[in-house]
Amino acid sequence: MDHSQHPAYSKLYPAPHAEEPPAFFPTKFSRDDAAHLDALEAQSIFIIREAYHHFKNICMPWSMGKDSNVLIWLSKKAFAGHIPYPLLHIDTTYEFPEMLEYRDWAVKQYGLNLIVKINEDARAGVGEYAKTGPIGYDTTDPVTVTHELKTAALQQVMAQYKWDALITGIRRDEDPTRAKERYFSPRNKDFEWDYKDQPPEFWNQFTTSCAPGEHVRVQALLDWSERDIWMYIQREGIPIPKMYFARSAPDGRRYRFRSLGCWPISGPVESEADDIPKIIDELASTKTSERAGRAQDHHERNAMQKLRAKGFM
Amino acid sequence: MAATLDNPPHPKPASPLAAGTGDLAAPQLGPDGSHRLKVVFVGHVDHGKSTLIGRIFYDTKSLPDGKVEQIQAACREEGMEFEYAFLLDALLEEQEQNITIDTTQIQFRTETRPYVIIDAPGHKEFLKNMITGAASADAAVLLIAANEGVREQSRRHGYLLSLLGITQVVVAVNKMDLVDYSEAVFDELVREYKGFLAQIGLEARTFVPISARNGYNVASKSADEMPWYTGPTITDMLDSFEAPKLLNDLPLRFPVQDVYRFDERRIIAGRVEAGTLKVGDKLVFSPNNKTSTVASIETWEAPPKSSAVAGESIAITLTEQIFIQRGHIGSHETDAPIESNRFKARLFWMGRRDLVVGERYKLKLATQELEAEVVSIEKIIDASTLENVAEGRNFIARNDVAELTIRTRGALVMDNHDQNPFLGRFVIVDERNVAGGGIIFGGVYTERGKVKSENIFWSHGEVTPQKRALRNGHKGSVIWLTGLSGSGKSTLSGALERELFALNMHTYILDGDNVRHGLNSNLGFSPEDRVENIRRVAEVARLMADAGLIVITAFISPYRVDRRRAREIALEGGADFIEIFVDAPIEVCEQRDPKGLYKKARSGEIAEFTGISAPYEAPAEPELTVHTDTETLDESITRIIDFVRPRLLPELSPEI
Repeated sequence: MDHSQHPAYSKLYPAPHAEEPPAFFPTKFSRDDAAHLDALEAQSIFIIREAYHHFKNICMPWSMGKDSNVLIWLSKKAFAGHIPYPLLHIDTTYEFPEMLEYRDWAVKQYGLNLIVKINEDARAGVGEYAKTGPIGYDTTDPVTVTHELKTAALQQVMAQYKWDALITGIRRDEDPTRAKERYFSPRNKDFEWDYKDQPPEFWNQFTTSCAPGEHVRVQALLDWSERDIWMYIQREGIPIPKMYFARSAPDGRRYRFRSLGCWPISGPVESEADDIPKIIDELASTKTSERAGRAQDHHERNAMQKLRAKGFM
Repeated sequence: MAATLDNPPHPKPASPLAAGTGDLAAPQLGPDGSHRLKVVFVGHVDHGKSTLIGRIFYDTKSLPDGKVEQIQAACREEGMEFEYAFLLDALLEEQEQNITIDTTQIQFRTETRPYVIIDAPGHKEFLKNMITGAASADAAVLLIAANEGVREQSRRHGYLLSLLGITQVVVAVNKMDLVDYSEAVFDELVREYKGFLAQIGLEARTFVPISARNGYNVASKSADEMPWYTGPTITDMLDSFEAPKLLNDLPLRFPVQDVYRFDERRIIAGRVEAGTLKVGDKLVFSPNNKTSTVASIETWEAPPKSSAVAGESIAITLTEQIFIQRGHIGSHETDAPIESNRFKARLFWMGRRDLVVGERYKLKLATQELEAEVVSIEKIIDASTLENVAEGRNFIARNDVAELTIRTRGALVMDNHDQNPFLGRFVIVDERNVAGGGIIFGGVYTERGKVKSENIFWSHGEVTPQKRALRNGHKGSVIWLTGLSGSGKSTLSGALERELFALNMHTYILDGDNVRHGLNSNLGFSPEDRVENIRRVAEVARLMADAGLIVITAFISPYRVDRRRAREIALEGGADFIEIFVDAPIEVCEQRDPKGLYKKARSGEIAEFTGISAPYEAPAEPELTVHTDTETLDESITRIIDFVRPRLLPELSPEI
């Protein structure tokens, strides 16, 4: 597909060529400094299996990003080639078109049971959004858009399917608020995270039940770093979206995405990394944070903490 | 001076205890030694933990670009003096309260290796967060402020480190700048705290005098301020700690996490917590003592495996299909774990409510979950004074540390913590949350196979049902299956008997046809005769249950009143009565029609056929319902076994 006219592609990051494959297929390669991946993998599989055992009505949100693709991979390993729960894509309607192409390809490739959720009322400005009018980046501030199109959409779909647990791919190294997370993190019926009074968690014994209407976030990748994720993708040969890799911009420089979100608020970073070994090298020396390109985190002081306490992942 | 000379930074060989402290949550050793050591920072509130960590980050240049400047700017904005602790205390609330509120895990690296740092808070009410952080640590830095000296939490945290089995400990004597870098103050503090640690069996590797605020002896030495100190810095000490030893050489412990049947394979999923498991190994699963052989280790998108070592999450298949479920522990026949319903433990309690003797709690050990109660409290240890304050107490309060005896309802599979840590520790759940944790000690290992013959039961006087139950390992009881013709009662009763029999239980099926051939051969199918038929079956079942058997009956028994009477008869005889509704829609039963009876009923050949021309009164409150149209036989049996097993356990009198 030709996306060259799509507004998602800025001057800094051009659209892919029309005939490119739907994903980047890494060459499998085991580095000799990656033996710790075995332990990370084993712990994540253990957690995923615990989640499935204790919460039968469970769902795995999937953003198509690198972390959530690792989650799919680990699920397949945990259940000997099966994924015994549905996946959920919260579609903000601001997805990069090639991410949607990747999504449709991966659904077929892995045989996924995918639920797609859009907060249609918010986008159209109807129902409870009649007063505010349509929610979108052209009309509303990014923190509100993120809350309404992601968290509120999640609340709507949770109300429909009544999942009692969600397996998420957040990592401690992403953000200071995430550093304080537990593997099994309870959320109340309003999705609030009581980060001041979390239950203890040790010796691999978790909070494995919740009251009706509440749910538990199972964070199976908590111990992984961004670099671990890339080393694992390389080792296992996990197909991922192409936008993580550098493309040449008209300004003569090269750019790639480190973190993918809604296109109006996701910016690429300057980078020469057009394959995984280069990304891994780049991350060894970088000191900027992974989500630096995401506007909603920086809109105001503590924006991320406010979003997360209200139920954002 | 004495402190450092007495304690040169020579790492000792790791004890089995040290090996067991890591939760495997953190990566283990890589071929290049790139294990990320997990280090916890503990100590009394305001003794400078966050400042020290902030300083380590700053000195090892592990912070993102601009982070320091950003926080300095924020401080100016708020009119506050910049502190290194702010680098860590990123949450607004923390800055307001000026204390660390939760466990934070952040990574940094020295030239030697990467680390995961766990900042554990010092406030007393936040003990649970400290435990959460410290329980998975490989090593600990314990901070004491030189100007305040050894305080309550300095002792409490030291005690908890010893309880959690963390032996790689360095004591950082902080705020030396506030005592004029006095060697005498340092030496006195070392002497006092060393004495305390010795009492709880903990020995610090060394004591380092530091000023976290100024960075002295943190990552680089302070030649000017403390020339009398020639020992290692904090980062030198961290670099000297060892990665946790792999547990491959311990006896095998493979707790079953789940049993999957997504396709034709029956997969046993779990993690090898200790030891090594190989294809072809004969495994014994406790507590039911069944054995089978490992047929394969299943993989996905990876080459086949022939063995798995400690820490690996695996999926295996077995050659002989045995009844197995979550909570069973696989081991080799030699070196099997302890199996008991009573054990001694050291426990720390963090619950909102007290842990009260005689009340029921949920106990979790590896993948096992059992109901448990505290039988007796031997000691409640005041962590500050180490005195026993248990006198007259029948409860353990929040933040207490205690020695106690626990009894579980049903057999618990365990190890002594110093033998095999993964099966030597457990948690207690109250109000949905983990409220306490403990380690097991003093358990006696017996050789499997010898257990039964050595467990001689001395009988004096009357043989009571309780004594029979103790000898048999289960109580006599009546399992009453009811359901339409074709609902699957016979198939279920046969499978159920086989499973119970395999679990070493004494069972018998009362079969409708057999009973009618002999005992009830004078009865026909009139309404009165049907009632009498069921009554006699109930009486025979009661006698057999009284003799200690688990009697399974499989009669349509369509009338509630008859089943109620059968229940009364059993209960009068002192036997448990478990009514299981074998439920399947009549259309499904009619389609199955194993004996062609529905066809005959439809054609009128059989009159008053249950479900067609006579009513079936479904149980209003059966103990259990199984749905044979939507569940597989395996699923139904597993659910029945899960339900009946706890009820079949013999009652234990307190002195046993």
